[in-house]
Amino acid sequence: MRGRETIIGIALMALLLVVPAVASQAGEPFYVTLATRIAILALAATGLNIALGLGGLVSFGHAAFFGVGGYVAGILAAHAMSMEPILLGIPGTKQMLVIWLVALAAGGLLALAIGAISLRTTGVYFIMITLAFAQMVYYFAVSWPAYGGEDGLPILLRNQFPGVNTLKPLPFFLICYVLLAAGLAFFALLRGSRFGAALQASRQNDTRLAAVGIAPYRVRLAAFVISGAITALAGALFADLNRFVSPSMLSWQMSGELIVLIILGGVGRLSGPVVGAIVYVVLEYVLGGITERWQLFLGLVLLVVVLFARGGLIGLVAGRARHG
Amino acid sequence: MQLALVIEQLLNGLQLGVMLFLMAAGLTLIFGVMGLINLAHGSLYMVGAFACAAVAAWTGSFWLGLVASLAAAAAAGAVVELLVVRRLYGRDHLDQVLATFALILVFSEGTRWLFGSFPLYLDIPPLLSGAVSLPGGSQYPLYRLAIIGVGILVAVGLYLLISRTRLGMRIRAGESDREMIAALGVDVATLYTLVFALGAALAGLAGAMVGAIQSVQVGMGEPVLILAFVVIVIGGIGSIRGALVGALLVGVVDTLGRFLLPQLFGLFMAPSQAGLVGGALASMLIYVVMALILAFRPRGLFAGEV
Amino acid sequence: MAEPVLAVSGLVKSFGALRATDTVDLDLRPGEIHALIGPNGAGKSTLINQIAGALRPDAGTIRFAGEDITQLGVAERARRGLGRTFQVSSLAPEFSALRNVMLAVQAVSGSSFRFFRPVMGDARLTGPAMAALERVGLAERARIPAAELSHGERRQLEIAIALALGSKAFLLDEPMAGMGPEGSKRLTGFLDGLRAEAPILLVEHDMNAVFALADRITVLVYGKVIASGSVEQIRRDPAVRKAYLGEGA
Repeated sequence: MRGRETIIGIALMALLLVVPAVASQAGEPFYVTLATRIAILALAATGLNIALGLGGLVSFGHAAFFGVGGYVAGILAAHAMSMEPILLGIPGTKQMLVIWLVALAAGGLLALAIGAISLRTTGVYFIMITLAFAQMVYYFAVSWPAYGGEDGLPILLRNQFPGVNTLKPLPFFLICYVLLAAGLAFFALLRGSRFGAALQASRQNDTRLAAVGIAPYRVRLAAFVISGAITALAGALFADLNRFVSPSMLSWQMSGELIVLIILGGVGRLSGPVVGAIVYVVLEYVLGGITERWQLFLGLVLLVVVLFARGGLIGLVAGRARHG
Repeated sequence: MQLALVIEQLLNGLQLGVMLFLMAAGLTLIFGVMGLINLAHGSLYMVGAFACAAVAAWTGSFWLGLVASLAAAAAAGAVVELLVVRRLYGRDHLDQVLATFALILVFSEGTRWLFGSFPLYLDIPPLLSGAVSLPGGSQYPLYRLAIIGVGILVAVGLYLLISRTRLGMRIRAGESDREMIAALGVDVATLYTLVFALGAALAGLAGAMVGAIQSVQVGMGEPVLILAFVVIVIGGIGSIRGALVGALLVGVVDTLGRFLLPQLFGLFMAPSQAGLVGGALASMLIYVVMALILAFRPRGLFAGEV
Repeated sequence: MAEPVLAVSGLVKSFGALRATDTVDLDLRPGEIHALIGPNGAGKSTLINQIAGALRPDAGTIRFAGEDITQLGVAERARRGLGRTFQVSSLAPEFSALRNVMLAVQAVSGSSFRFFRPVMGDARLTGPAMAALERVGLAERARIPAAELSHGERRQLEIAIALALGSKAFLLDEPMAGMGPEGSKRLTGFLDGLRAEAPILLVEHDMNAVFALADRITVLVYGKVIASGSVEQIRRDPAVRKAYLGEGA
């Protein structure tokens, strides 16, 4: 079954590359932007898939990491434009490579703090606590006026990447696409590694994991940190795509959307986030063109998937997930 | 610092706490009895507020609106339980989170469809529109005192319901052993629908009462829902008493924090700076309190009690 | 006499008014099988859980390999070589039998915090894991998910995991439970040989196996040790006869 899933995954990744290339040739930059949005959301969901899919950690607070990544991009760019140091003489920057590293670190650190407390609990407590901490970060962003508060922070010019004109849609899409591919490769390697084995065992039976001498808490915390860091990286790209970052990136709806992406695609599956992001963005585009109330239909689709198609959409075509 | 101002803030905190209790009590009951985490509880709060505002505007009576809010939220709860939630018992939490998240989307967009995107306004009933003099000389709105009163009445009522009535006995039994009460011939399916509708009615009541002091709009329920989660995490899932203590704690700490922290920072900062820093930190205060309580009691203050 | 590998002294654990473990002393010496028996509800599992670290005792100490481990968690005790099996099989159900054992191998052979090298091609993990499966006779079922193994096979898999941990002592909680007579017989033979490798604290209801295997027996009733000694001593002990048979007065 995994064979068919791999083929679907490769086909979709090829499609995601071909469509914007053709659209760009045809002078339809809007579709390039749509594809970029898909790639970024898929990367964010791939980060979440490490915690949720492999580790079974239902984090309803990943918007916190997504938004923090966005704010890293926004704040560094704002300081680079105004030439004011951020703190202690550290200057801002417009270089994506630096921004990404800072976003990874900031997301990882925040995940370490939130995870260290939340992972002392399990089940519904964990869901509610991650949701609560993300809301805390949201309210902080709203009430802290230095970087726009409720109104958010514009990025006047998209940040730069050496040798690439990031202002054009297609080159920026390619950057996001390569990072998504790297994220997926990382996920696949992680899943097959010793760490991945321990993480998946912690989801299946943490008593057993402890009994062989591996403390589940440390494994989960490490996974949560990695997961938060990757989602923050996607957040930095998202801010650059919109040239804007606001507290809405930190909202509970965002956390919910990321989970929805994974579920639509299939939990714990490598290509789940890609399938989910494509379906989500296309639904948004198609339904959103027909009715303003497209989320009503998204809600109904989601209900049907949860109640009747538990392996996600990939599960419908490729069969139930087999781990191991 | 004036005493009157502190008393006023304390009362505001109590009012917030009471409202959170109405939300948290339903959530914690539903979790305790059915093992379900219900994200759509905030939608039921919104349903109550809209029902109250619409009926009050139509009939001119706040009180009819209040009755309508209870009826509409309970009915919405019962329908949701019968159509969707019933299929989620015994499923893993991820499925419950997603399905109830989907319900939020349906409720929110459905409400927008019916009422449009603009907020509705609900007037305080004339009977309660006055103010009361507080010790220290300031005036406090009667309506807010009434909310506190209703909250206390509901808390007492819930306590009596659960400890003294046959329904309450079944609810308690349902928490500990559902196979057993099913074997004893209790209609578990109906019991669950009832509990869910009761929780929904409490949320609707909270929404209606708050609707008169804030605007009634789509999305009003979720911030309250998340605060109610903080309450439950602090109090311990499944415990009504924990919900009460947690709700009052969160209400008072949040309100006093927003009032006192800026003043505290004002002692060693410029006033404008102090307002910013104090305000931003105050918005995080209850989450810090939650984290501290979790550090010592990972399962909340009253875990395992009803 | 050889220094005991595992020594429990003065252990107390109460649940409310119930004293589930009442000042228990117990030790496990190199090369022996020490059986822990007692009627249902005697507190055997509570005791095993305290030794394995899943429950914290209210009082008393547990020493293992010369060190006080009373305050350590389950994972740390397992790393030090205390290998346990569970009364009700506790495995990673989606993983194959092989991957279940590999988890134990990776736990003892270095870190679990390696993020890239695939485990399935790693002979340092698969080799010892297959060897452990072969010893318990499960090699042919290596690729089957644990959830699809038969009850008896899951019991065998539990033991393979404990073997792969390179344990310095085994805590076996009713390994024969639910096994047919044929399986019990085979397992009895296997445990007989295992004791030379590391001593075994054996909780078991199958008295044929206990009397065939045990070097020493400790009898637990209502959380208290009522007798401890050789098989012959236990057979003749009036307190034991009374507890099990209701004889005497």
